[in-house]
Amino acid sequence: MSRYFTEEHEWVDVEGDIGTVGITDYAQGQLGDIVFVELPAEGAKFEKGDDAAVVESVKAASDVYSPVSGEVVEANSAIEEDPALVNSDPEVEGWFFKLRLTDASELDGLMNEAAYQKFVANL
Amino acid sequence: MSDSDNLLPEDEAGPVTEALPLDAWHRAHGARMVEFAGYHMPIQYEGIMAEHLWTRAHAGLFDVSHMGQIGLTGDGLDVALELVLPADISGLKPGQQRYSMLLDDEGGILDDLMVTRRSDDIYMVVNGATKYDDLAWLLDQLPDDITLNLMDEHALLALQGPQAVDALARLVPGVEALFFMQAAGFSWYGHDLWISRSGYTGEDGFEISLTADAAAPFAEALCAMAEVKPIGLGARDSLRLEAGLPLYGHDLDTGVTPVGAGLAFAIPKRRRIEGGFIGHARVSRELAEGAQTVRAGLAIEGRQPAREGARVFAGNADIGHITSGGFAPSLGAPIAMAHIDCSHAVIGSKLSIEVRGKRLDATVTPMPFVPHHYHRQGGKK
Repeated sequence: MSRYFTEEHEWVDVEGDIGTVGITDYAQGQLGDIVFVELPAEGAKFEKGDDAAVVESVKAASDVYSPVSGEVVEANSAIEEDPALVNSDPEVEGWFFKLRLTDASELDGLMNEAAYQKFVANL
Repeated sequence: MSDSDNLLPEDEAGPVTEALPLDAWHRAHGARMVEFAGYHMPIQYEGIMAEHLWTRAHAGLFDVSHMGQIGLTGDGLDVALELVLPADISGLKPGQQRYSMLLDDEGGILDDLMVTRRSDDIYMVVNGATKYDDLAWLLDQLPDDITLNLMDEHALLALQGPQAVDALARLVPGVEALFFMQAAGFSWYGHDLWISRSGYTGEDGFEISLTADAAAPFAEALCAMAEVKPIGLGARDSLRLEAGLPLYGHDLDTGVTPVGAGLAFAIPKRRRIEGGFIGHARVSRELAEGAQTVRAGLAIEGRQPAREGARVFAGNADIGHITSGGFAPSLGAPIAMAHIDCSHAVIGSKLSIEVRGKRLDATVTPMPFVPHHYHRQGGKK
């Protein structure tokens, strides 16, 4: 399994043709206390970069973009019931949705963990 | 993108974000800083939720030095101020503080403010984002005999919460004798302090005006006490929203009148009858007939917040918009203030709010959303 990162602070784990998407620990720290998450419906189709989900902190709403193109096969109801899970465990239990990738070559344009950590360090 | 070519002289680079007296102090205490009203301000320290709940349970220290502190002096000051404020200035006793507003000719709110009589002047605290416009308006409206002093060498702190009185009285004995909306001069290690028992959270608490050089040591002395933590602007906003207190530029602007804003309590009977203040014609009409659009509190079903700008509906009819909205940490639920048509601003009215194409159910609710805990004279809360 490989993990890729976007400059918008999403991560995607890829196993076969299924990608699991979430937001990074850096992103949850910037957002602060998350109080609501709006997830895409199963079957929703996204192009890379489309608005796919919304996270609301006490202060503001932010979009989560789909890091790659694909069709949603599952959304994480656990974070709808307990949005604070995105703060406490953003890169494991706090995942947002899984999608079936339509173009695996899009992953080439994303960062690996080391590149992302370097990117964040320079923000 | 690179910043390296952005080395223009100040007047060509446009407005510059300024540092306030506690800038370094905030950074040393782990604040995340943002640009607000032309200043670098702390938005949060450990997190909005924790800071909010801390203030409701203990004592939170807020830096509000961006706000405008103005001292007014001169012959005929009371009469002159009653032209620009719909308040009872001639009846204002030394050490008494009142909430008031600057109104334009149409009764629209130019700013909301606190006004206090001191022994040597009348002291006003106005909003940071509007302070220069307020000064220009006051200079224009007041006679030449009146002198305005923008006290920009002063910082302003607020200590808010049920334990604020215990903490502050340890440093400044005597403050515990003040009641809500009273103020007096004190001193701390030779520094003059002007302290009022007031604030913007709905809790008991104090606002402390002091010279810039005293601000950091005083803040440090407060935060050395177990009850006190520094609190950012984020929690200040969620606290004031729960307390039902309007925020200028969001819930109030020149399109809103005191009656529509639900702030008619700030206009005493004598001023309503006698008038003689700018904007009186409209205010007088609305006091008699009501305002078409009013500020209302909304409790929102579920967990999804509705933000400023979202449209509000009664059935299919668009009746207004959200002016402030967010998640209320003390309630664990989303709340909002809205400007809506008066016919629907009835407690218990079932409305809906459009957020990203979906409708959220909402109910018109009395404000404050969370009860005030002011230390009022006579013991009533």
